[in-house]
Amino acid sequence: MKVNPLAGAPHAHDGDSVSRLMGRVLLALLPATVYGAVLFGWPALNLLVITVLVCLGCEAGCLWLAGRSVRQGIMDGSALLTGVLLALSLPPWAPWWIGAIGGGFAIVAGKQVFGGTGQNIFNPAMLARVMLLVSFPVEMTTWLEPHPWLSGSAPSFLEGLQVTFGHFTFTDGMTGATILGHARTELVMNHPLSQALPGHYQPGFAAIGWTGGSLGETSAVLILLGGLWLLWQRAITWEIPAAMLSTVLVLASVFHWVNPERFADPVLHLLSGSLMLGAFFIATDPVTSPVARIGQVVFGIGCGALVYIIRTWGGYPEGVAFAAVLMNAAAPLIDHYFRPRAYGRTWRGQPRPVPERAKKRAAVSRDSGSGPA
Amino acid sequence: MMRLHGFRGGVHPPGQKHLSAERPIESLPLPPRLYIPLQQHAGAPALPVVTAGQRVAKGELIAREHGVTSAPLHAPSSGTVAAIGDFTAPHASGLPLPAIILDTDGEERWIESKPLPDPFSLSPEEVACQVGAAGIVGMGGANFPAAVKLSKARQAGVHTLVVNGAECEPYVTCDDRLMRERAEAIIDGTAIMLHALQAPRALIAIEDNKPEAIQIMRDACRQDARIEVLSLASRYPAGSAKQLIQSLSGLETPSGGRGTDTGLLVHNVGTVYSAHRALRYGQPLISRIVTVSGGAVAEPRNLEVPLGALVADLLNYCGGIAREDCARLLMGGPMMGQPLPGIEVPVIKGTNGILALTAAEAGEAHPSSPCIRCGRCVEVCPMGLLPLEMSKRAHHEDWLGVQSLGLSDCMSCGSCAYACPSHIPLPQYFAFARGKLAEQRREERKSTHIRALMEQRQARFERQARAKAEAAAKRKAAKKSRAVMVEEDDE
Repeated sequence: MKVNPLAGAPHAHDGDSVSRLMGRVLLALLPATVYGAVLFGWPALNLLVITVLVCLGCEAGCLWLAGRSVRQGIMDGSALLTGVLLALSLPPWAPWWIGAIGGGFAIVAGKQVFGGTGQNIFNPAMLARVMLLVSFPVEMTTWLEPHPWLSGSAPSFLEGLQVTFGHFTFTDGMTGATILGHARTELVMNHPLSQALPGHYQPGFAAIGWTGGSLGETSAVLILLGGLWLLWQRAITWEIPAAMLSTVLVLASVFHWVNPERFADPVLHLLSGSLMLGAFFIATDPVTSPVARIGQVVFGIGCGALVYIIRTWGGYPEGVAFAAVLMNAAAPLIDHYFRPRAYGRTWRGQPRPVPERAKKRAAVSRDSGSGPA
Repeated sequence: MMRLHGFRGGVHPPGQKHLSAERPIESLPLPPRLYIPLQQHAGAPALPVVTAGQRVAKGELIAREHGVTSAPLHAPSSGTVAAIGDFTAPHASGLPLPAIILDTDGEERWIESKPLPDPFSLSPEEVACQVGAAGIVGMGGANFPAAVKLSKARQAGVHTLVVNGAECEPYVTCDDRLMRERAEAIIDGTAIMLHALQAPRALIAIEDNKPEAIQIMRDACRQDARIEVLSLASRYPAGSAKQLIQSLSGLETPSGGRGTDTGLLVHNVGTVYSAHRALRYGQPLISRIVTVSGGAVAEPRNLEVPLGALVADLLNYCGGIAREDCARLLMGGPMMGQPLPGIEVPVIKGTNGILALTAAEAGEAHPSSPCIRCGRCVEVCPMGLLPLEMSKRAHHEDWLGVQSLGLSDCMSCGSCAYACPSHIPLPQYFAFARGKLAEQRREERKSTHIRALMEQRQARFERQARAKAEAAAKRKAAKKSRAVMVEEDDE
């Protein structure tokens, strides 16, 4: 009999595991990933594969150096997810070394130096994105108009390899600014939004994702669907996405109402850039967000506010990565101050007396009771 | 109908009650030998009042209570006391504990009893006293003497008796069967307890996964307007006393306080049933219903078992266990049950289930991996604690840190570990921290005791030295006065 007499209670488990959790997140990202690969063709797929492989390789190397189980570390799926998330946030035709440097930085400096899975302070993918954005601004802001697979403008497999590994010069017709980038440039030149946006921004296309942008961030609808599925699967909680999106919505609405020529409308904010991906897949990263529900609301509000502030007044057109990384740093503090109230204790942690009102009620029911037989 | 308030957190483990829920209660054939541990309750072990070789009748007192929160023991059957010695306790440690070993004679000869007065003609104190004398303890697993709870609750002015038939642990069906088959007896026991409490109202709380029991209990209490049966949404740990109080009243037991501070007193249905047996028939607590279940048991059953019967006897009666499949052998339910060191351990008053689980049922396949701070443990903790932070501090041996995060509020329900995707055995960290803190407290007590002894010793030395000095001074004075007298004589 292989009875384990030392196993402690509980002797039951709901069957979930870290790898299943990561698996569900990856599955939820699949529609947006496939859409991005189709929209931007072979070079995008090459970049995705390179980023993921570098992440897995670095994870394995670090685990081996640390003398930990490489198999268990890789199988938990977190490095794979980091690779995919990073790739989805990169410009689709970025050269191979952007993916390689980003992937390596994400895993080594973003995660393993802190002690590996569960120990990192910052979301590794967003940390790498911020690093790349600061270090390689040209490559990281070369956006591409959609070149969908099987269309005339799509590069062949060999051309794709040339984009990724060779020296490829973009022609004027191929590239363009993102909506947020375009709006920003125009505003800098003191052009009001009512002149700047028409012809460049159509809410329908922005929602589907038929626009220039990062590899997997263009389609707000597909990302939203994946996020809602994750919520339904209870892989994430609703607090962070709801707080983050509604904060952006409220801020954008208020400012747009005050001055529609200077401040873009809330729908544009929700549908553009990395906001959807950030709200459902980045800010909800369990490791780097607060654990208590109430703390998650605070965290989400902080993320949303920072995104709006950076987009509107900051030096970059998009602020999701910066907002996420900044709020990641604040998460331990939020965790310290926003805890659930323990049963039988006050919010301050003192024993919570039974309210006098309840005792009085008890006395009344005692008097009015039919009494013992 | 009363409005229910619900409670925080909790999990939904698969009930697995179907394995044994439709099996009526059967009596276990009397084993030739019974092993009755002297410690079956919270508080000090009982003191034996029989000697080896003595013949005892069924229901005869064999050990009396010792201290305030203790309970007496009675012979579960007639026979001869074989020995009073150590026997393996039903605990994971497998350590031997003192027990009375009884050779049964098969006669089931009851002790002679006087005709019993109507329990409602007795004073509340007398009822509580008889409950105590019958050796009744909390039969939901807490093992706290029922009489102590009754007297304290009456003094505290409790207005509602809560009869706990929630039975939220998976697999266990002993309370379900008891309610289905002996509903009248439970209602009578409830009325007796209400009398002992001088309380006007009783609520019988049953999880809605036991619709038959709810219906039967509702029918049985129709005559008594003071008693109401409530259906609780099935969610573990709905049957924990604190969570039950919160569900029913919306009130919380203050941290470190008693449940009765809220005006409610919780007793398990088995306890109430035992009170009925004691007060109506003069039968002390000498048997109980035990569910034998689990995937590795050939025929899961509900058995009425004399206390002291061996787990081996129960398993044999249920067709034995498939030894290759059995990964865990437990006393109690899968969420809070104790692993057993073997099958040669006795059934005690608080044993509600004997489970033999397969590896698949016990969720044993996964080794634990690092915490990803997903917060599930926080979400499911019915006490509103931060299990991940507590286990992190325990991991770093910061025992006071664990304590400051509310270790004393944790009731080891196991919801956190059930939901943990990293398969971290959180309650084991907490148990370890509790042990370390208890060790620290013992050390502190020891050092204060030693310091007090040292101070006493010092004081004694000083006193002696002073006494010596005084004596010397006195002698000197006496000598002097004598010398003066001699001088005077000389003159």
